Formats: sequence, structure tokens, C-alpha cells
Amino acid sequence: MSTTDTTASGASDFAIDPASMRHLAEARVNVELDTGDMVLNLGPQHPATHGTFRLVVRLDGERVISADPVIGYMHRGYEKITEFRTYPQVTTLINRIDWLSSFANEVPFVAAAEKLMDVEAPPRAQYIRTILTELSRIATFLLFLGEMGLQVGALTPAFYGFRDREHILNLIESATGGRFHPNFNRIGGLKDDLPWGWLAECRSTMQIVFDACDTFENLVLGNEIFAARCKGIGIIPPELGAAYGVSGSNLRASGVDWDLRRDGDPYLVYSELDFKVWTHSDGDSFARYWVRLQETRESARMVLQCLDAIPAGPIMTKVPLIIKVPKGEIWVETENPLGQMGYYVVSKGGTGPFRVKIRSASFSNVSILPWLLQGVYVPDVITILASLYFILGDIDR
Amino acid sequence: MPDEPVTPEAAPPAPSDAPTPTPPDAPATVPAPPDAPATVSVSAEEILATLNSALGDAVIEAQPLFGDVVMRVRTDAWLRAGEVARDQLDCDYLSFISGIDWMPAPKEEGAEADGDTSTPAQPTEMTPGAAGAAGRFQVFAHVQSTTRKWGMTFKADLDENNPSVDSWVSLYPGANWHERECAEMFGFEFVGHPGLRLLYLPAAFEGHPLRKDFPLLARVVKPWPGIVNVEGMPETAAVATEEADSGDTNA
Repeated sequence: MSTTDTTASGASDFAIDPASMRHLAEARVNVELDTGDMVLNLGPQHPATHGTFRLVVRLDGERVISADPVIGYMHRGYEKITEFRTYPQVTTLINRIDWLSSFANEVPFVAAAEKLMDVEAPPRAQYIRTILTELSRIATFLLFLGEMGLQVGALTPAFYGFRDREHILNLIESATGGRFHPNFNRIGGLKDDLPWGWLAECRSTMQIVFDACDTFENLVLGNEIFAARCKGIGIIPPELGAAYGVSGSNLRASGVDWDLRRDGDPYLVYSELDFKVWTHSDGDSFARYWVRLQETRESARMVLQCLDAIPAGPIMTKVPLIIKVPKGEIWVETENPLGQMGYYVVSKGGTGPFRVKIRSASFSNVSILPWLLQGVYVPDVITILASLYFILGDIDR
Repeated sequence: MPDEPVTPEAAPPAPSDAPTPTPPDAPATVPAPPDAPATVSVSAEEILATLNSALGDAVIEAQPLFGDVVMRVRTDAWLRAGEVARDQLDCDYLSFISGIDWMPAPKEEGAEADGDTSTPAQPTEMTPGAAGAAGRFQVFAHVQSTTRKWGMTFKADLDENNPSVDSWVSLYPGANWHERECAEMFGFEFVGHPGLRLLYLPAAFEGHPLRKDFPLLARVVKPWPGIVNVEGMPETAAVATEEADSGDTNA
């Protein structure tokens, strides 16, 4: 029976006094329903986790009580394996740590070996390393800019992200021979010089990057739904983020003005480039997206500066055929796309390292999750995971 | 949009130099190194002075190392060292906590052959690294300051039979995972840690993989890489193995 019938026929019998009904409505709300905590397994295979990452979430209704990340599904024991490899072989391994920006992984390790050996790569090699590192950063961030939209429900940005990233990967492939794992660094320089016409190609590709950033700015940042899903979600206080070891764009989105390209021990040619370190004061998911978008543009500008200034000359300095690194130890850190990447290398004077501590960015970035996920709603878990932007190989090493 | 002005420390001198098309880049790179070690050594002196005065006789040895400071402290002063670094030297950022096993790896047969450069020779005697070492195990940590832009490494010796040290979780909450990793990989115990569960390894795993006496099983099962791995073309396979065999016997 429809409601119109009852009101029409029995209106006089059925007078509704709103005041009398209110206590009923309130009683309904105040009934204590016994909803036991629910344990939800996010992963190990979940699209928001970039690999095999499991998150055990205890829920009270829609709200997260506690979250416990379970990692180690991809632990490959690189710190152990490096003790059984020579220095040139190690660069092959560490390509696989953060597989989206493999080239950037090689740089600090090669720099550590070079500093211990007291050799320096020629200026042209340093410039090419800088260009390829920044290209890795652009490729990594373009994937993020697209995928972050995907995680919060916007499908279109993902296509743009993957499409434009392909141009960068083509550049990296044409220079190094590998799309994902270049293994292009050698101790003392690079494997090869750039192919003919590569610089011009790179210059035109940077325009694609600028266009892509404009697209994302309009399509994603300008989107009301995206802003509603991301603003105020997953706020990392700067002091706590630093104490957890959160680094890179995640920390800069919390307002910490700290970029190892500018503030760390000088490496590559960053001291000769003019670039801005972007920070945002909010520290939420939206700020992390915003910072990475600006940094993508900044990286493209840095590539253009390198293309203008790149000198001619050799790409490899003189190193012995069999690389032996003198006794000593060193800590080298660089600003990788995901954050601070560092190697503590202990050498005993042999052809292989004695101990390599690999400090990867995602490991510390993710360790804040148990704190960060307390009390958020389930859909926001996905937003936070996506905005932190971690790579499983970078967590598990 | 917060568009905070960046503190231009390294930036201003660079732009005037960078666009000038000077292919021989030697003059451009020269100004940077003298500048960098100078600032680093000043900060290293300040770090060392502060740590020495605050920690007193808990400091066993310290040395500057490539712009970094490495300091070995007494094991019972481990937590105090972290406190001083955090409170007096503004080191708000925890980079990592890990361990070192200074014992040389036991020699395995066939693991290293003279002239075979593909397999690194392992050291045969125990030698300490920077800032020295008293025994086999050391815990070491790197902390940094996001405001002062410096960093330092602390080391502490641990007893071989009962490797135990204070936890840094109360100082840096991020130490939680680092110490869990260190505990399972080296068998260290961190006193005051909220729960030293396994981080990477499966629950039934026995042993501590990063200890030097823990063998790399893949290498034990099959020597790698060796002359036995070189396969000839199918039609010359017989010849290749003969050559390989003869090469082995000659060596």
C-alpha cells in the first residue's frame, strides 16, 4: 500500500504529533548495537598497495581502530646478497629496490664507491646522471599523478599518467637500453654516451611533461570531488613525520623545507642548478599531491637547465679494470623520488663490500601508517596509502 | 596555495654560472668542493664539541668521516647519546638503525678462487671500522637535522653472547621498525621496545641472516658464477665442457 493512500483515507485517525515521535527517533539512535570489531585484511594483493603489502585493519563500523602493516612478502635480502657480490654487480641488484626510479637508486651507491676510491666521474657523466635521475623522478611522479586519481575513483588521470610516462621511459630506454632497469652507472662514469639526437628529443619531451602537469592541475587538483576526498585526510605533523623518518615529498608536504639535493652533501651537479624546493603547510593527502605536481615541473626545468649546460668530454674516468675499493666506510644519501635513499657502505679493501646498509625511503614512510590510520574511515585508508606513494621493493629490499 | 619562498642557500650563485656555455667545466666544479668541506668541517667541530661536553666519558672514540661524524659511545650511554642528538643538536630526523657483524665470514670451499674476480674475496681477519670496535657486534644509527642540515652516526659495541641495548623508540617512534628488523637480522635485543616481532622473516625462520656465520644458502647450493655456468653453443657443447674441464684441472 502506498503512502498516498493512507494519508488520503485515514488522515483523521492517524494524526502524527512530531513531538511525540521525537523520543522514538532518539531511542533508535541511542540503542547500543553490539558491533564487534571486525578485522579486515587489505592485501596482500590489493591495487592500492603497489605490490604485495598487507594491512591488517581492525574496524569499528567504518572507522579504523588500529592498523598493522605486514611486510616482507618481497624481502629479497639484498643486504646479505651484496656481501657476496662485487661492486659492479651490486648496481644490478639495487636497480630492483625502487623499480620505478631504478637509475636514481644506482647513483648513491656508485657515489659511495667513487668517494672511497677517490675518483670522480667527468663533468659530462655527472650531467647525464643528473638528467637521467630527474627523468626517473618525472616518470615516477607522472605515474603517481595519474594513479592517485585512480585510487580515489577518477579513472581518466591514470590513462594520461601512463601515456605521458611512456615518453620518459622511451627516453631512458634509448639512452641506457633498459626501460626499468638501466644499470647504466659505472664506478667512475657511465656505460655509454648519449645517442645522437637524444638531447633534442629530451628537450621536446620536456614540453610534454609541462603539458601533462597542466592537465593534472586542471583535471585532478581542480576537481571538487578529489579535493573533498583528499583535503584534511592523513595529516602528518612535521615533527612526528621527521621522527618517523618520513622523507622526500611526504615531509615537504608537511612544511619541512628539506631537500637533500640542496641541503645534503653536494652530489651530481645540483649545486649548479637553479631550482626551488616546494613545500606545503597542510601535510594532508592533497598537499602531497600538490607538492609532487610542482616537483615534476621543477624536475623538467632542471633537465632543461642541464641540457643547456651539458659540456662535451669523456664520460668515463680512468679506473682499474678490477675495481677494488680501499678500506673505509661511508654514508651517502640522495634525494630520490620517494625520499631519502642512502647506503652505508663498509669496505675492507676487497672487490666486494663487507656490509651495505640500504636505507630506503618507503620503509620509513610506511612505518608511520599505524599512527596515521588510527580513526580514519575505510575509504580514506586508500587515499592515504595512495598519497604516501610507496613501492614495495623499496620497503622490503 | 602556500607558496613559501625557498631559502636560497645553494641557488643564487648557480644560475649565473650554469647558463654560460663553457664546455670545459673544470672551473665551475672547482668552487663547490672548497666551499662544501669548509662548512662541513665547521659543523663537524660543533657537533663533536657538543657531544663531547654532553656525553663526557661515555664517548669512546669519534672521527669525522666524509662530512659526517661517526661516534662510538658506551653501550649504556646509547639512549643518552640519542637524547643529546635530538635535544641539543636538533636531530629531529631518524634515518636508520642497524647493526654490523665485524666477524669475517667463514671460508667456504670454492667460494673464492684466485683470479676469479667475479666472486669477491672475503677478509680473513677481524678489523674494526671507523671509530673502532671492541667486539663482534655493533649497533649503529644515523640521525639528521632537517633544520640544521647536518647528520651524525652513532655506534655502540654489543656483547657477543648477550647483544642487548636500550631501545630508541621513546626518542624516535620510527625506531620501532628499524629495531625489529635489526633484531631479527642480527639477534639483538632492544630493551624497552614495545614488541620485537619478526618484521620480514616468516614465523618459523631460525637464525639471524645478516650475521656473518649465517651462510647464503643459494651460494652453498651452487657456486656462482663460475666456469661451470658457461654453456657452449648446442653443436659445440661437448667441446666447451671439455675445455671447461681442462681449464679447471689446470687451475
